[in-house]
Amino acid sequence: MSDPIVRLEGLTKRFGAVAAVDGVDLDVVGGELFALLGGSGCGKTTLLRLLAGFETPDAGRILIDGKDMTGVPPHLRPVNMMFQSYALFPHMNVAENVGYGLRREGVAKSEAAVRVADALTQVQLTDFAQRRPAQLSGGQRQRVALARALVKRPRLLLLDEPLAALDRKLREGTRFELVRLQEELGLTFIMVTHDQEEAMSMATRLAVMEAGRIVQTGSPREVYERPASRFIADFIGHANILKVPGGRWIALRPEKIALFAARPDTAHAFAGRIVDIAYEGSRSLCRVALDDGRTILASMSDDAFHRGQNVWLGWAADAGHPLEA
Amino acid sequence: MRAVIALPLVWLGIFFLLPFVLVLAIALGTNAPDSVPPVALGLSFANFKLLFTDDLYLAAWLISLRIAATSTLVALLLGYPMAYAIARAAPARRPLLLMLVVLPFWTSVLIRIYAWMGLLARNGLLDQFLRWTGLAENPGTIIGTEWAIHLGIVYAYLPFMVLPLYATLEKLDTGLLEAAADLGARPLAAFLTVTLPLSLPGIVAGCLLVFIPSVGEFVIPDLLGGTETLMIGKVLWDEFFTNGDWPLASAVAICLLVLLLGPLALFQRQQARSLERRR
Amino acid sequence: MRGRVRFAIAALGFGYAFLYLPLALVMIYSFNESRLVTVWSGFSTKWWSALLANEAMLSAAWLSIRIAVVSASTAAILGLAAGYALARAPAFPGRALFGGMVIAPMVMPEVVMGISMLLLFVGVDRMFGGPARGFLTIAIAHTTFAIAFVAIVVQARLADFDRSLEEAAMDLGATPWATFRTITLPLIAPAIGAGWLLAFTLSLDDLILTQFVAGAQSQTLPMRVYSSVRLGVDPQINVLATIIVVVAAGALIVSGWLTQRR
Repeated sequence: MSDPIVRLEGLTKRFGAVAAVDGVDLDVVGGELFALLGGSGCGKTTLLRLLAGFETPDAGRILIDGKDMTGVPPHLRPVNMMFQSYALFPHMNVAENVGYGLRREGVAKSEAAVRVADALTQVQLTDFAQRRPAQLSGGQRQRVALARALVKRPRLLLLDEPLAALDRKLREGTRFELVRLQEELGLTFIMVTHDQEEAMSMATRLAVMEAGRIVQTGSPREVYERPASRFIADFIGHANILKVPGGRWIALRPEKIALFAARPDTAHAFAGRIVDIAYEGSRSLCRVALDDGRTILASMSDDAFHRGQNVWLGWAADAGHPLEA
Repeated sequence: MRAVIALPLVWLGIFFLLPFVLVLAIALGTNAPDSVPPVALGLSFANFKLLFTDDLYLAAWLISLRIAATSTLVALLLGYPMAYAIARAAPARRPLLLMLVVLPFWTSVLIRIYAWMGLLARNGLLDQFLRWTGLAENPGTIIGTEWAIHLGIVYAYLPFMVLPLYATLEKLDTGLLEAAADLGARPLAAFLTVTLPLSLPGIVAGCLLVFIPSVGEFVIPDLLGGTETLMIGKVLWDEFFTNGDWPLASAVAICLLVLLLGPLALFQRQQARSLERRR
Repeated sequence: MRGRVRFAIAALGFGYAFLYLPLALVMIYSFNESRLVTVWSGFSTKWWSALLANEAMLSAAWLSIRIAVVSASTAAILGLAAGYALARAPAFPGRALFGGMVIAPMVMPEVVMGISMLLLFVGVDRMFGGPARGFLTIAIAHTTFAIAFVAIVVQARLADFDRSLEEAAMDLGATPWATFRTITLPLIAPAIGAGWLLAFTLSLDDLILTQFVAGAQSQTLPMRVYSSVRLGVDPQINVLATIIVVVAAGALIVSGWLTQRR
């Protein structure tokens, strides 16, 4: 494996008595679209800001491209960030915003102009070069923020909740655009999000954070199919978390459960009654109250059953994933 | 950052703090009319003793505090509804309304007090008005009385009261009043239990901004007051310029300073706290 | 609800009348034929011509303007530093004292500040043989109290400032100084301008402090007005008042325009 582009060793950051980031170890390899996923207060934004240099860690090291960047201020790091609020400079137009980083580097005006034009083409904002941020829509502002960061050709781009401020339709389009750009330019992205669907669909690898710690790292499929703990199983997608004889816990995904009118011929078969059906378009999520008192979520792809009906649920012996915690 | 703090710190240290040390030194000295400057340095508390035992000076202290306090109260009673009205006005109109309150402040205080001199003089317009409406047959002169001083102070310092009150009232979440009404509070009760307590920081700031400088006011009592009303600011002035008694005048200054240290500290803490809230 | 608002509006109306009636009368009477402020005897601009020919007044006005420009500009720089420090500096020992020192000149009775600064200048004069009381000492005194006003305006503006803009600038490679120069300063410039205008106006109008620290030669405009006014009502002062009100209104409008455009 090639050297990681980012290596965090035992990174800790405290605010008062609380450790927002608590002893985090992480490697991110070049070319990855890496997502930091977690609920609010889990420390993911603090971790991102530590990487960018806006916070200094209380313990641990930050290595970027093999070099120790732990105490280095943000303007000297080969890292650029796309802010959640975009942070576009209101007193400059789009072209001046995008060219700001190049001016600070001392890039020659002619070369800078070319690079700015290229960046604007890449995000399809060439016609908006003279406009001011106040005259742009939310989606356009985001593209300016992206162009401004990309024009500096950073080794690493940090994205703070990149889709949070966009409406739903725009979000899907932007999701695709970001992935496309990342692959085309061969950049490394580290993005922070609380939306697990976003993380799952965009990331090549992700880390789930809770209470300042990374609780699982892996590809989206790995984390979904083999969650490491009850918390992760519950956080990502829907899961039935069941106790099995022997005292252990397993996570059982709704799509692994089938509904039957009569008792199916499998070891795990339970009777119950459908108390609620949530229609999701491509499938329906049935909430089934079992006779033994438990509630199970099962996935149904047609209209075979309706509310109030008695059903049998069945799943394969290996359908559930054992959880360690 | 240290350089940024140092720059104004050095200036203020030299031109604001250091002088007070000198004032204290002079206050502890004695009057020496023949030397230049007319001070004989020493360690004498005679000046301070005089200021607090002599009837004339004691009266001046009390009158100054009393007038400052009353004027502050009147300014509050007038300024609060004004600030409230502006805060409740349509957002587009607020800048203009505020500007109209602030404009007198940007006009010379001297000019404004002068304007009142004409109004309040014998047979002046106020006199004529009172006679015309029949409110008073022979009002005499207002000018030269304590009334005029109160009027002058309220007039001069009203913007200082309205602005901080407005700043606090403007930030008030009208949703809170709606919630109070929803929970059964009648308008007056809602005002007393929600609006008033929440506007307290503004009230404190406004009152301090009026009270503190008013205690040591000189121009207003000099131009609008009479010879019977002796305020402590005038005492300082007279002792310094008319009597040439620098040590005594310095002692007055020191006493004023000590008197106002409490309100000053309160005001500074207010400012710091309101800044914290904005952060 | 309605009744309360109506009461407040009435109070507002009364307040404005209270604030402006005296000024309006003075302005009207500047066109009065007779000397008296109590009787209107006809329209005349003679007092206007008299004032504009009044050498003493004009030179005093010129002195006041020069002092105001110098003190406002110095106070703008120092007030910017003070306001920036108050808004941004992390807690350091003596922060409360620093804050107090910055704000106190604004509220302190002018007689107290006056006597203390005079004693300072007298002491310095005795020790170093200068400077003589006049332009410089007045400017220094005005600057000292004006710092507070600029600092408050700057501090308030910075409190509302979007820090992520500065972080973005640093992220894009700007040093802290470049960030201040290219991002912070341009965006708070209107507030600094408004502070300058306020300091200028206050310096122009100052009486007590000036009276203490001025020399025998220097007569600022307020000093002239004061000595004239003590003797009674003077129609030329009415004219001056009108001019000052118009100038102040202009300055205020510009200041408001500066702080409104974001």
